[in-house]
Amino acid sequence: MKFIETLINGLSMGSTYAMISLGYTMVYGIAKMLNFAHGDIIMVGGYTIFITMSLSGNPILGLLAAVIFCVALGVTIEKIAYKPLRGASPLAVLITAIGVSYLLQSTAQIIFGSAPKMVNIANLGNVKFAGLNIPLYTLITLGCSMVIMIVLSLFVKYTKTGRAMIAVSEDKGAAQLMGINVNGIIMITFAIGSALAAFAGLFMLMKSPSLTNTLGAMPGIKAFTAAVIGGIGSIPGAMVGGLLIGVVEAVSLTIPVIAPYTDAIEFLILIVILLVRPTGILGKKRREKV
Amino acid sequence: MALLEVKDLSVYYGVIQALKGISFEVNEGEIVTLIGANGAGKTTTMQSVIGLIPSRSGSVIYDGHDITKTPCHKIVHLGMSQVPEGRRVFQELTVYENLVMGAYTKKRDAAFKEDIEKIYTRFPRLAERKNQIAGTLSGGEQQMLAMGRALMSKPKLLMLDEPSMGLSPLLVDKVFEIIKDINRDGTTILLVEQNAGKSLAISDRAYVLETGSIVLSGTGDELAASDEVKKAYLGG
Ligand SMILES: Nc1ncnc2c1ncn2[C@@H]1O[C@H](COP(=O)(O)OP(=O)(O)O)[C@@H](O)[C@H]1O
Ligand SMILES: [Mg+2]
Repeated sequence: MKFIETLINGLSMGSTYAMISLGYTMVYGIAKMLNFAHGDIIMVGGYTIFITMSLSGNPILGLLAAVIFCVALGVTIEKIAYKPLRGASPLAVLITAIGVSYLLQSTAQIIFGSAPKMVNIANLGNVKFAGLNIPLYTLITLGCSMVIMIVLSLFVKYTKTGRAMIAVSEDKGAAQLMGINVNGIIMITFAIGSALAAFAGLFMLMKSPSLTNTLGAMPGIKAFTAAVIGGIGSIPGAMVGGLLIGVVEAVSLTIPVIAPYTDAIEFLILIVILLVRPTGILGKKRREKV
Repeated sequence: MALLEVKDLSVYYGVIQALKGISFEVNEGEIVTLIGANGAGKTTTMQSVIGLIPSRSGSVIYDGHDITKTPCHKIVHLGMSQVPEGRRVFQELTVYENLVMGAYTKKRDAAFKEDIEKIYTRFPRLAERKNQIAGTLSGGEQQMLAMGRALMSKPKLLMLDEPSMGLSPLLVDKVFEIIKDINRDGTTILLVEQNAGKSLAISDRAYVLETGSIVLSGTGDELAASDEVKKAYLGG
């Protein structure tokens, strides 16, 4: 029973990671850049929820505000900071993204100070059934994430915009020749990634109400790890990688001897998987371009 | 009437000038070929005309629109289409999905179904392999797919960048046959080739490109008969 509870908890944490990994992997696949500032969008989402909740007390309104604000912010960052660098060296883009990350964290610190804010989303309590005792927030997180992942997969596979995303990720030039507005697709990708980050922010605050300007830093790195484990650029890969990292983390935290080394274990898994499969679990081998 | 009119087009890669102010035109209904050796600037011309590479100076007028500074995706919406050098089909998508991509500018209605059937009729091989991943097709099949994909947008002007490259002689003949056929059905063609003999034979007019400049022009027959072309491109 205890193990099933741990497993559900792990899947719930993992689905939060998956929400974040998807942002990394989609932006990487389509804009071919590592958006180092992606984790900090979660933090901005967190503060948006904090403000909205202190004004209205309504978590749904908080989520809605966070999604809208994060999307606007993500799209603006892309337009101002990354778009002018299209075609620049990957290193220049990465350094810019790191700069954006610090800018967001510092701005949040200036506005909200460094003392943690407490954001009590709602007292959800536990669900008891079949001998299991599970916090309701884990089920909400898991359920919402699953729905989002299914919708996202269907969107990419069956809509015109989704198919354009696949085309852009494979060959920007050929995609343009099909009549696809590549800049528009990149913008939509940032919008989707940022919206998912806002959801992740809510899920994290449901789990632990303490909010600081580094809320997104560690989860960001872990979700990026998950994206690489799953195969960077692959949407199902980000989902699998995120869930895997979450379950490993949850299980590891219940075993006292290895609990302190949980983060190290996660990165060890990354190294092992990359040694065995350099492209990640579901990553595709890049064909050599002629 | 000129469907495409290129005037004094100059393109640079950094400080290197790849096109040194070239001018040419393609009239409605024609097959026009640019021939030239490797590195002459043929691909640069094709990509610059369709807006994939920016030009430094000069102008491109297409179907009454000044498209000199228009981004590629908008030019495609105006009815220009290109089979790029090296085919560049979407390797991870199926044949069918590639064709759907080609119709990106179109609605997926009854006409779309008709169009795709037409492509399958023109390229029976694609019909047989419609659910196959494009990356696993042979070079010839990928060329057919790239052509089919470019036709799905029902272009007024179809540009083909070295469609015969890397194909067996038998397939080369077939590709030129198909190009002639597409033209006969009403599509204007701008072709780029190193294979001067075969391309001049199907061309109404042609231009010779040498290190970024047009050095000769004339009808296909005139150029095929000219001594310069014979010496440089037709092996004596
Ligand atoms: N991306 C590029 N960067 C720098 N130089 C280029 C690039 N592409 C082509 N060139 C140069 O421009 C010239 C024309 O190239 P290209 O248009 O590809 O010729 P062609 O298609 O006739 O073989 C060549 O000298 C080539 O080396
Ligand atoms: Mg070329």
